[in-house]
Amino acid sequence: MSAQTLSEKILSRAAGRRVRAGELAICTPDLAMGTDGSIPMALDYLESMRPGGGAPRFPRRLVFALDHYGAASGPQAQALQARARDYAARHGIRCHDEGEGIGHQLILESGEARPGLLMVGADSHSTSYGAVGAFATGIGSSDLAGVLLCGQIWLKVPESLRVVLDGRLRGNASAKDVALLLARRCGADGAAYQALEFTGPGVASLDMDDRIVLANMAVELGAKAGIFPFDGVAEAWLRPRTTAPLGPVAADPGARYAGTMDLDLAAVVPQMALPHRVDQVVDADAVPYRTVDLVYLGTCTGGRVKDYREALEVLRRGGIAPGVRVVVTPASAAVRAELERNGMLAELAALGAEIRPPGCGVCCGTCGAVPADGATVVSTANRNFKGRMGNAAASIFLASPRVCAAAAARGSIGGKPGGQA
Amino acid sequence: MNILPMSGRARVLGDDVNTDYIISSRRKKETIDPRVLRAYLLEDVDPDFAGSVRAGDILVAGANFGCGSAMEVAVTVVLGAGIRAVVARSFSRTYLRNAMNNGLLPVIADTAAVREGDALSLALDAHGRLLLDNHRDDPVECAPIAPFMVEVLDMGGLVPYLREHGGFRVRS
Repeated sequence: MSAQTLSEKILSRAAGRRVRAGELAICTPDLAMGTDGSIPMALDYLESMRPGGGAPRFPRRLVFALDHYGAASGPQAQALQARARDYAARHGIRCHDEGEGIGHQLILESGEARPGLLMVGADSHSTSYGAVGAFATGIGSSDLAGVLLCGQIWLKVPESLRVVLDGRLRGNASAKDVALLLARRCGADGAAYQALEFTGPGVASLDMDDRIVLANMAVELGAKAGIFPFDGVAEAWLRPRTTAPLGPVAADPGARYAGTMDLDLAAVVPQMALPHRVDQVVDADAVPYRTVDLVYLGTCTGGRVKDYREALEVLRRGGIAPGVRVVVTPASAAVRAELERNGMLAELAALGAEIRPPGCGVCCGTCGAVPADGATVVSTANRNFKGRMGNAAASIFLASPRVCAAAAARGSIGGKPGGQA
Repeated sequence: MNILPMSGRARVLGDDVNTDYIISSRRKKETIDPRVLRAYLLEDVDPDFAGSVRAGDILVAGANFGCGSAMEVAVTVVLGAGIRAVVARSFSRTYLRNAMNNGLLPVIADTAAVREGDALSLALDAHGRLLLDNHRDDPVECAPIAPFMVEVLDMGGLVPYLREHGGFRVRS
């Protein structure tokens, strides 16, 4: 038997037969998630597949998260949300309601993402669950409908690109900078149709928040999944969150990879993605001077306690510059509660930050703080496409929480006016 | 394949056209009806695009078409505008899946020679190879489409496939 990558191993189990990269496999996901952005359309597809729609094949293997829309999204959006909520209630599906947080964060927090599972989500950032050693990938609404109907999905077994991490992050560098650096190196389709498998001695130095950022942003390189091995760090984090058995998952020695990318964490410096591309990345101190209007601290990439801690380290010293609007949306109600307990939320509010309910709305422009025409935004999010936050006339820069906070404190990014870096 | 041969006018786009560009999330929160959304197709790339699309046009793109969000309205809005095929140098995997599942033919081919407005045709030759022809240059051989995908596309997408079979037919 030939050695298997981590992806081949997990997909083989989910397919009930030994599969190799390049094969098409019919797989049974252990968990499927959907959001208010994707479920209503899935229910339309389901009704077309089977008159009346009907009950899902495996209700216990589903999680719904109503995270894309809020009260400010308007009545049509709320009607879409209500459809998802009603279907969940009727069929006993776990459903996180509006305000509880971003589905990816909720699934990770609640211990529903576990090593070795095949997880699919009707939202592209479902790759986040790879942080705990799951094979997790984004799907559309029709695929979700298929899972509702028969509990299965077709998947092409991807080749894997091995990302070998060495050393540990230093100074002001963070996992977000690593993710942006990978996008800079590979391009927005550098890992298309492939799975990123993180490995190497540097993995142990990354905490779970770091790993979630890298798995989350794997999709910005076009990757199908971004997977970490399940090690002691992951086990210590996951053990208190679940009673399910947790087994180690790792690639076989000698598995075949499409390629290997080496990355020395110690050499990473703060990065920034320029508008309107995630892979148009430069060193943060090489950005041309520009004044900043809006700083956004939140999302499934940059809305966890650690992110706010790092941002506050900067804001405590520098405050928020006049004319800069700082918007904070914790990734979940639990994150928000912890920020309340440890005083950080009050601190952010006292500095002048606007605290908004947890959810996806600001990042994808469906509700919340839409930037003005011509506005310059610096954000901890994962995407900076034109129009992403709801206004095509705004420019979005992506960076780590520290770099975003520094932009808020200075009221600008880049070198001094006049051109020096 | 049932949907071949196909011909239509080329509408040429660049690299990395993401799904937010194909249809903005701010439109999608109002409705998911492609008959309504088609008026906003690619509006952030070219506000006049939607108005100039004709049924039967073929979208032609560079690399990584449909990257970003997995939202499926980015496929149904294209179908809603009467477009039946997208030819690109490469697709993001979620767009490729969603296209297959909805019966929108996603073709992977070198699109460098195609110009805006070209009369394009897509057809299988005597050897079963899928060819893209702009009737000016030599026809370009496209990437083959897996048999399972041909079956799904021929039936019109995942909905008719699963309606017919009730599940996936597992092959060895």
